Amino acid sequence: MADVIKKATRESYGEALCELGAEHENLVVLDADLAAATKTGMFKKQFPDRFFDCGIAEADMMGVAAGLASTGKLVFASSFAMFAAGRAFEVIRNSIGYPHLNVKIGATHAGISVGEDGATHQCCEDIALMRVIPGMTVLNPADHVEAKAAVRAAAEFDGPVYLRLGRLPVPVFHSEDYKFELGKGEVLTQGNDVTIAATGLMVNEALIAAELLKSRGISARVLNIHTIKPLDVELLTAAARETGCVVTAEEHNVIGGLGGAVCEALAGVCPVPVVRVGVEDTFGMSGPALELLKKFGLCAENIVEKAELALSLKK
Amino acid sequence: MEQALELKLSKTACKVRMGIIEGVYHAKSGHPGGSLSIADTLTYLYECVLNVDPQNPKKPDRDRLVLSKGHCAPALYAILAEKGFFPKEELKKLRHVGAMLQGHPDMKGTPGVDMSTGSLGQGISAACGMALSAKRFHEPYRVYAILGDGEIQEGQVWEAAMFAAHYKLDNLIAVVDSNGLQIDGRVEEVMSPEPITDKFAAFGWHVLTMDAHDFHDIERAFAEARAVTGKPVVIVQKSIKGKGVSYMEDAVSWHGAAPNGEQYETAMNELRAALADLEVR
Repeated sequence: MADVIKKATRESYGEALCELGAEHENLVVLDADLAAATKTGMFKKQFPDRFFDCGIAEADMMGVAAGLASTGKLVFASSFAMFAAGRAFEVIRNSIGYPHLNVKIGATHAGISVGEDGATHQCCEDIALMRVIPGMTVLNPADHVEAKAAVRAAAEFDGPVYLRLGRLPVPVFHSEDYKFELGKGEVLTQGNDVTIAATGLMVNEALIAAELLKSRGISARVLNIHTIKPLDVELLTAAARETGCVVTAEEHNVIGGLGGAVCEALAGVCPVPVVRVGVEDTFGMSGPALELLKKFGLCAENIVEKAELALSLKK
Repeated sequence: MEQALELKLSKTACKVRMGIIEGVYHAKSGHPGGSLSIADTLTYLYECVLNVDPQNPKKPDRDRLVLSKGHCAPALYAILAEKGFFPKEELKKLRHVGAMLQGHPDMKGTPGVDMSTGSLGQGISAACGMALSAKRFHEPYRVYAILGDGEIQEGQVWEAAMFAAHYKLDNLIAVVDSNGLQIDGRVEEVMSPEPITDKFAAFGWHVLTMDAHDFHDIERAFAEARAVTGKPVVIVQKSIKGKGVSYMEDAVSWHGAAPNGEQYETAMNELRAALADLEVR
């Protein structure tokens, strides 16, 4: 595993913005005094005339984004997930979501893996907040290749998109020729005993978990659910039907995120046991990201444990 | 201002006020007070200033108007109907299920509405985004934003005020409708935003004041505003909430209430009489 390349999806975001900026003359980027951290600074350097710092004023930034989009600009508005989805929620809801404006929210530093900054900055509620806004598309890419593709897909899509990105460098497991399809989950391993539906940095953990389960004679079907909304209900329903139980895995509160979305989707059409791996409705804390992920059970070992629990609940 | 134009504007404003009463009465809810206080300003802007086309409401180079105090939608709807953006009959369906005219402006559903507003303090930010877009992409239009004096209690307004001055948005003209009343009472008693003019000046804006019910003064203020370069402009207009309907004037109870049948007749009779008076001049 020593030669595994790691990269943070915020880096992918910065790179993708630079590529897209060269292709789209109407693309503008907004930030709220975090350009160095969200990596929009890369775009700023290349396209200074199309980068606008809004200062530490996220609510205003989202409103400005709405105004720019209303005049035909392709807008990426960036901040940490906490301040984008959290602080500016109601502006996103009323000024971007309700008029369905073409604004892309690039939210970096999502989840517990923010690390040392601690609970105030570790947003584990953003998927829940964003997916309840009618018409909002919610993307949570798993690695560098997918994140770049997701940013591109967001740019090509007409309507509001929430892009969930991370601070922590994570293993790159997609090959460069990977085809990202908005709204369609990716089947990473075939398996018939249990489905593991994962999103974001938990997808790689799900792949490791599937290997561990295999050594115990359990075959797991790993799904990468990069689009939380609109959810690939067809793929999930088929997997639930064929495997009989599901584990969800996400770096988010177990309430309201992918786990919640999967339960809502399956309850009416194919009610099988669903066990959720995520942050157990608690606030985070300071510490190195990798240690925190272990402490909060956001790791392959916990997925294995929950997969065995899900299997035991099968009729 | 020539007398003929003043007369024409006065008549149109009177019809706008009738449209406001018509809408709110048929909706059995809504906000007549603050709608009536901006009737003259909107009339002047749509009759004399804005480059807009009712036949082509989305034309890219149009001037934009953002009603940041979105609850005063009845006034915006009345002038838009007067200009022919949609039939006047729509006013009677205001706030009805399935109607085009929503309780607060909806840019997706109503021709002539440039921004969906209603949650206070947000429209001014969107107006900044539009003005920034025009400035940086060399597009010719201006952006007008109408705010309430209660609305500016929202912190986001001051984030936007900072933004507009920082980016030197001299194609943005904001109007603060200072009618002195908000839902809970007198603005100065609920949470005073005064001194409003000094605050905007301190944030780097060019500040003007005007009498919101005097077309000569309105013309002067907007002419001055359009001549300013390098800074956004705010016009703090002194207005009378409920202006034009005797029993609604300067009465907090008419912030968000609809007239009953009898009150509706009284209001319409007053406005009809005012219009008839203008017709014989």
